[in-house]
Amino acid sequence: MTDQLNLSSWTCPLPLRNYPTIVMGHGSGGKLMNDLIRHMFMPLLDNDTLSQLGDSAVLDFFPDSDTPARLAFSTDSFVVSPLIFPGGDIGELAVNGTINDLAMSGAQPLFLSAGFILEEGLPMEMLGEITTSFAAACQAAGVQMVTGDTKVVNKGHGDGLYINTTGIGLIPADVAIAPKNARVGDAIIVSGTIGDHGMAIMSVREGLEFETRIVSDTAPLHELVEVMLAASPEIHCLRDATRGGLAAALNELASASEVGFTFEEGKVPVQPAVRAACEMLGMDPYYVANEGKLIAIVDGGVAEEVLAAMHSHPLGQEAALIGQVVADHPGMVISKTSIGGSRVVDLPAGELLPRIC
Amino acid sequence: MKYLDEYRDGELTRKLLKEIEATVTRHWKIMEVCGGQTHAIIKSGLDQLLPPKIDLVHGPGCPVCVTPLELIDKAIALAARPEIIFTSYGDMLRVPGSERDLFSVKASGGDVRIVYSPLDALKIARDNPHKTVVFFGIGFETTAPANAMAVMQAKTQGIQNFAMLVSHVTVPPAITAIMESPHVKVNGFLAAGHVCTVMGYWEYYPLVEKYHVPVVVMGFEPVDIARALLMCVKQLEEGRAEVENAYARSALKEGNQSAQNIIKQVFEPCDRAWRGIGVIPNSGYRLRGPFQGYDAELRFPEIQTITPQESSVCISGLVLQGVKKPNECPAFGTECTPQTPLGATMVSSEGACAAYYQYGRYTMSMQERELTK
Amino acid sequence: MCLGIPGKVIEIYQQQEMKMGKVDFGGVVKEACLEFLPDIQIGDYTIIHVGFGISQLDEQEAQRTMEMLREMEMLADELPELDDGLPA
Repeated sequence: MTDQLNLSSWTCPLPLRNYPTIVMGHGSGGKLMNDLIRHMFMPLLDNDTLSQLGDSAVLDFFPDSDTPARLAFSTDSFVVSPLIFPGGDIGELAVNGTINDLAMSGAQPLFLSAGFILEEGLPMEMLGEITTSFAAACQAAGVQMVTGDTKVVNKGHGDGLYINTTGIGLIPADVAIAPKNARVGDAIIVSGTIGDHGMAIMSVREGLEFETRIVSDTAPLHELVEVMLAASPEIHCLRDATRGGLAAALNELASASEVGFTFEEGKVPVQPAVRAACEMLGMDPYYVANEGKLIAIVDGGVAEEVLAAMHSHPLGQEAALIGQVVADHPGMVISKTSIGGSRVVDLPAGELLPRIC
Repeated sequence: MKYLDEYRDGELTRKLLKEIEATVTRHWKIMEVCGGQTHAIIKSGLDQLLPPKIDLVHGPGCPVCVTPLELIDKAIALAARPEIIFTSYGDMLRVPGSERDLFSVKASGGDVRIVYSPLDALKIARDNPHKTVVFFGIGFETTAPANAMAVMQAKTQGIQNFAMLVSHVTVPPAITAIMESPHVKVNGFLAAGHVCTVMGYWEYYPLVEKYHVPVVVMGFEPVDIARALLMCVKQLEEGRAEVENAYARSALKEGNQSAQNIIKQVFEPCDRAWRGIGVIPNSGYRLRGPFQGYDAELRFPEIQTITPQESSVCISGLVLQGVKKPNECPAFGTECTPQTPLGATMVSSEGACAAYYQYGRYTMSMQERELTK
Repeated sequence: MCLGIPGKVIEIYQQQEMKMGKVDFGGVVKEACLEFLPDIQIGDYTIIHVGFGISQLDEQEAQRTMEMLREMEMLADELPELDDGLPA
């Protein structure tokens, strides 16, 4: 029977290099999205500021005057479903997410705009609840929404509600934080437990629901960043670990700075329930989204001070030093596993999927 | 987490690895046949800590990788139909068919939904009486009882708008084919712990007797893997060939009788094509007579005429049999990467090629650095 | 195959004539079908795969194995360290 088996030759499907249409994976913060940005948008829209691909753009105004100003300018869109989830809702998410983009440039967030795209049929009560959250989040963070827009789309075209925001903040003169500033010898710090937001969403996602106390970690990080900068100005990079999780944030920074990152699996803080949920669904916490956590690349010599400062702030109590920047394997992120082996932690390919294997 | 954390003990694993190093005197090629185990090995970095005399190869243990192209194309054809809600385990969505994958079907408006359990697919059928829910029933024997239960329940509850596209494969015939193949020279096997939990491991005794190759039933955590490897290496060094169980907390020799009963009630063996390898006789399951009404291929006979289009470059087949390593493929890392996969072994998160892509780039980069010093 | 995760059975009930249960994975509780484990009781541990329990974990066997491994661990202390190729 075996002589009929073709064990010596091989067959293979046609390659799927180019998707003719957008697929969900293009929005997941991983390689597909990266490709879309680099091959569709950048060639047509590129300029020096955009090419930095920071969480926010740093714009210099009146550089030669006595009172130069550096603004951080960001945009973000919020398409989460369900609109209300354990630990928050899309309103709160939108405000905090925008503030965080600005905070990652070291800016003090000041103003934001919001465009609400409402789907026909969205209950008024729900919109009221979300708007109340939005307002509360603005107040808590000390920012003002100063301009907005409202549109309605036909039923079936919008997941209930989408929010697009822009944010403006002011960057203090002596702050120089950018994705390309990581240097060999720098320390890699994560501000707290990873995977909370993504797993909170999973826990209410149809078909995958499970009972748990995991809640979203949505939070504005600008005050934490202030505290860190007060401890030391030697903060080279900041990235909030949103879609694509810790892995995406680390890879993007390593890539932008053209250095290698190594970290220890055992040092990355993960809540036991998040770990359990990831095990159950076959997902890796490194790839799960966060909405209130940042990665900081700081000068090795000041890591301890910065960490101590973070621990004194409610949003940084579980901050941990997880690794360092190295000259080896530039652009790659390697983790040392709990048994002492090493593993490449790459950008996630596309959408995070539960698996059976 | 109990029953997980203690088996991830780094110290204990390293001690077991030291013991392996101290025991091994000759070159041995050992194959594990479970995608989940491949994943666990690569994720923990255990394979790098093995002594060079041990060549750990990854067999065709990933049901995602071995699902025939034809079935993927059929799945895609069904998913594209407006009257069908196509449900599947998450693993299958990125596997390339002849022209596209299930993700792009979803993008074009097909109702494609990921489910955690086949019972969820049944629930979707109950909730959507005007559509037909087709479930992609892939997997090895571990998943067969669950898939069987869904069909059984559909029949018992009279749920008509449910069908299953069956693509089950079974392990022992594949291992036999590998043992009989003139190309492959595997010295020892590490058997899939959860397949054995369901089916037991009594089937391996005649194979071990005939081919004089040790088989050790293995779990999924670093301690389990290191221990099973140690047991296998000891057998090889001592010239023994036996069936041993290194996952006794879950797998019994006779397996899970209830689970086996439902498999026998709902499924029967059939020949099955393994992608990249070919047809292995009696290596698959199909729905038995009383349940054939739920077979998607019979419910939608027009998909039976679908013929897949293969092209060559990808050596998935050779990789799946442990004959070639992924980085020996000409397309590896260049034309073929996890986001532009040529074959299923690169798509699946525990396909050997995807795993090697991660690790391989690292070693190449380390080597380059050495050269430029 | 085969993502199977150990969890503790905390509730058992019948649903649509199948033995069902709630399984606690350590902070996460999910419903699973226990039809293939007729003898399993509350407090027992099971391996769950795609929402079904496929085995009841044998506590005694697990303990026995661990004890044996710990003994062996002590002996292994006499052996030289592993070279993992990574900088110390």
